[in-house]
Amino acid sequence: MTSLDGGMGHYTDRLLHCENAVSASFAFHPVDGQPFVGQSIPRREDARLLIGRGQYINDLALPGMLHVAFVRSPVAHARIVNVDLSAAERAPGVHLAVCGADLLRALPPVQDQQLPLPAKWKTTVSHKIFDPRQPLLAIDRVRHVGEAVAVVIAESRYLAEDAAERVVLELESLPAQVDPEAALAADAVVIHQNASSNQLAEFAIAKGDVESAMASAPHRIKRRFYHHRYAAVPMECRGVAAQFDERTGSYTIWSSTQVVHWLRREASQTLGVPEARIHCIAPDVGGGFGGKGHVYPEDLLIPFLAHQVRRPVKWIEDRREHQQSACHSRDQIHDAEVGFDNEGRVLALRDAFIMDCGAWNPVGVGIPYNTASHLCGPYDVPNAAISARVVATNKVPNAPYRGAGRPEAALVTERLMDLIAHTLGLEPMEVRRRNMVSAQQMPYPVHLPYRDGVSIVYDGGDYPGALQKAVDAIGGLPAFRAEQAAARAQGRYLGLGLGSYTEGTGVGPFEGASVRIDPSGRLYVAAGSCPQGQGMETIFAQITADQWQVKPEQVMLTLADTGAISMGFGTVASRSTVNLSAAIHEASTRLRKKVFAIAANLLECADEDLELRNGTVAIKGVPGKSVSLADVARASRPGWDSKRPAGMDAGLEETYYWEPSTVTWSYASHAAVVEVDLALGRVKILRYAIAHDCGVVVNPMLAEGQIIGGAVQGIGGGLMEEMAYDSEGQLLSGSFMDYLLPTASDVPSITVIHQETPSTLNPLGVKGLGEGGAISPPVALANAVCDALSEYGIEINSTPIRPEAIWQAVKTARASHA
Amino acid sequence: MKPSPFDYVRATNLTEALALLERHGEQAQILAGGQTLIATLNMRLSAPDWLIDITRIPGLSGITLTETHLVIGALTTHREIERSALVAQYAPLLGQAAPHIAHAAIRNSGTIGGSIAFADPAAEWPACCVALDARFVIQALSGERRVSARTFFRGLYDTDRAAHEIITAIEIPRERAPRRSVFMELARRHGDYAIVGVALLGRVDQGRLSDVAIGYVGAGATPLLAQGAMAALEGQAADADVLARAKAALAQDLDPSGDLYNSPATKRHLAAVLLERAVKQLLA
Repeated sequence: MTSLDGGMGHYTDRLLHCENAVSASFAFHPVDGQPFVGQSIPRREDARLLIGRGQYINDLALPGMLHVAFVRSPVAHARIVNVDLSAAERAPGVHLAVCGADLLRALPPVQDQQLPLPAKWKTTVSHKIFDPRQPLLAIDRVRHVGEAVAVVIAESRYLAEDAAERVVLELESLPAQVDPEAALAADAVVIHQNASSNQLAEFAIAKGDVESAMASAPHRIKRRFYHHRYAAVPMECRGVAAQFDERTGSYTIWSSTQVVHWLRREASQTLGVPEARIHCIAPDVGGGFGGKGHVYPEDLLIPFLAHQVRRPVKWIEDRREHQQSACHSRDQIHDAEVGFDNEGRVLALRDAFIMDCGAWNPVGVGIPYNTASHLCGPYDVPNAAISARVVATNKVPNAPYRGAGRPEAALVTERLMDLIAHTLGLEPMEVRRRNMVSAQQMPYPVHLPYRDGVSIVYDGGDYPGALQKAVDAIGGLPAFRAEQAAARAQGRYLGLGLGSYTEGTGVGPFEGASVRIDPSGRLYVAAGSCPQGQGMETIFAQITADQWQVKPEQVMLTLADTGAISMGFGTVASRSTVNLSAAIHEASTRLRKKVFAIAANLLECADEDLELRNGTVAIKGVPGKSVSLADVARASRPGWDSKRPAGMDAGLEETYYWEPSTVTWSYASHAAVVEVDLALGRVKILRYAIAHDCGVVVNPMLAEGQIIGGAVQGIGGGLMEEMAYDSEGQLLSGSFMDYLLPTASDVPSITVIHQETPSTLNPLGVKGLGEGGAISPPVALANAVCDALSEYGIEINSTPIRPEAIWQAVKTARASHA
Repeated sequence: MKPSPFDYVRATNLTEALALLERHGEQAQILAGGQTLIATLNMRLSAPDWLIDITRIPGLSGITLTETHLVIGALTTHREIERSALVAQYAPLLGQAAPHIAHAAIRNSGTIGGSIAFADPAAEWPACCVALDARFVIQALSGERRVSARTFFRGLYDTDRAAHEIITAIEIPRERAPRRSVFMELARRHGDYAIVGVALLGRVDQGRLSDVAIGYVGAGATPLLAQGAMAALEGQAADADVLARAKAALAQDLDPSGDLYNSPATKRHLAAVLLERAVKQLLA
């Protein structure tokens, strides 16, 4: 029998557990008395989703519903001379056709800064931001292929598309800006006439004294890094339906969105209707990943049209529209320099980067600021200076997508780590280990502000430990180097690539929960979070069940519905588990006091003598002496025969809005082993391991699903997915023939290892998890390919890693060696 | 992504279908498996006035053996070919190529006749048919004719079939002993249209190759027969020099155009790598 030390045994168990998680889950029976948090409870959502009974926007059918098709710009940049709707208006089944000029008379353009920046950030970070304000339909100019120019409402989508073909656009073409650096040239055509240039925003942050540290560093490496443009590409495209109610003058908006309360706020401002008269609902949503994490013009236009025609109106985005109008992401060019000593320790890090934000900038500096604030990663970097410019081009606007600026940061920092190792002849793993913040340094102040304006403090964890576990999980470094050498002797090229990151999660400003005891005795929770497939109904039922010592089946939830809770923020930025668990905890704690007071009244004892026991409130140590939560709920009701203590308000409901002090820091290390086919330039992933820490794991099975799903999107971005444009600003990857989403056969088996360091910043000790998996794969794969090709000295400093580029690089390297 | 309006008619026999084609000419499209056509209709890349559904016409489906040929009905699905014992015995190349066609769900609907008629140079069946020296049975109201695969494909999506004709069958010559075959294809993802692919046939006797035929997928406007490379390999032991000559001959044989991810030069390079690997596999 092999003997393992305690630690290894623990992680071996974890590994076995991970591999068996899915098959084991359906046979799962919770152990009595164990908390539900930490258990792989099957998703309650799956009962409806897996048998096709999910309710997505397109399943919504309302009496008299009409259907919408958009006319979208076929060119990247042009002046709109005329939009002739007359033929479309006469087409069969058409109720209304509208263009931007018509619309401007009725509705103002939307603000371009939906994600407000706190005053604390504005006063700390030197910045300049211009808001171009996007109209709901293009008015005088089109600024990217796919921008909506006109809209047609008809009896069916077929008729709407037939009519849309008859809209005649007269466009006078303008030069397309597709290169953000060229767009900054003094003579470049300015895309937004009311701006002085194509630079829409800039900011800079710094710590220490980079100039002198860089100048005196024994070694310096300077490189350009490019993280390409790709996108969330959810299985369900966007969709909006709306209905106007004549009786109350109110709107109901159903949208496939991650942010129903933002939508209500924006709709209120744009339509000029009080929030109380707008009801926003996100039904089942088939993936969002950030791409549905802000309010789009279509979200506001559809309710306006429903009011115009006094009929329910629905728009379902098709895949072609999605590729050319739902936001893309990434697309940053970095010029970075690192100074380091003879041991490979980083002394100074400097980075100036450009983000190509496309034609509009819906979330301001959210993405590039994430990049800047995550650039130092898990490393103890004493001096850093980071500056960013956001540049408009004639492409689809750029908005957060899983990772939201962090994959770009990781590409820079993690490539630099490998370049330092290469320069000094050290192992990349060793260079990382020497630079990582150690567990003993926690909590570790980074001395840079986060986007909530609070100075960053890494709140705990073992970064080198996670790195070691990831490398161990692919077989360990010495064993891999031996395997690599043996393969090389047979003419095969294997490489190991690492990618480590830190991630601020659970960002504010708040999320709220209303917790109520239903007269049936079951728990009811309403909250502003908006699930898109993560399994929130399951995990928040687990969390609430633990708060009340009931089974998760006793917990009902309403999410993504502005009618259920008055304020909410929504599900973006790896924030829902962190903020909502805390809100549920606080609301439950307050409500429990009231429950105990009423129960004490019923049981004629003191509050302190009571405990929650199997769905009842019971006297400690006295079996059988209890009242059910249903009894307490009945006793709390207003009116005759109430059993409340004197002076207590009626009802059992508490709402709490959790406002986190700042973010809590998740982290991970990814390790990838690849084989490169030099002649074809192909990269095959042989092994892939992720050791991560998201604090307390609420549901290991769902956590693993999240991490693996994120990693698959990262692998897709690293190797295949690309929103490519030609020099005229035409989108070249507008369908799934050319936009290469990874399929099951492209995805390796991924090993996930949990390392649990509870957060001290929230009551459950949880950290965010949704995005992390997507951050490291592109750079881990780039590092792995460089490692495989190390004898050729090939550097992969841009993504995606194209087979053609690998083959060309090998050919060039061979020619220069020859 | 909804199609323009069209009329649909389901033909119950071949004569009816051919009469409809005579009447509507270029305004009609034949609907067989629909795996390419329906997508192009939904994208409004194609807007025929008529769709003539031939899927219920008896006798156009199935795989049979005659004295001289393996005969595959035009409505035979990719999946049926993939799983056919007759194909495995008499034209194993087709069985080797079939798994590269898209995914199982598509192979269950898509037909070989549709693939031949559409003539996408990046599709598998046209290049296989060229390599196998197959012929196509083409029917019009006026009668039936047979055309060699090697002359049928005339240009990009352009074939010898006239608008009023229907391909009814693919006939592959029977060989007393079928040649060895290898099919290799490069696509970024499994099931995608090929970047480039090769269909190689040949006999191996004491290390020497004979009766070599090489069809290329995705290497020109049509499926291509790599005659220069075939000549370079014929009767030779495939040593390094012979392979180098065969690969060099591809420069004349092939004329690939670039795509989003691969330049013509890259495709030429990949085609040469595939040839070398395919020959080595054939010899193994």
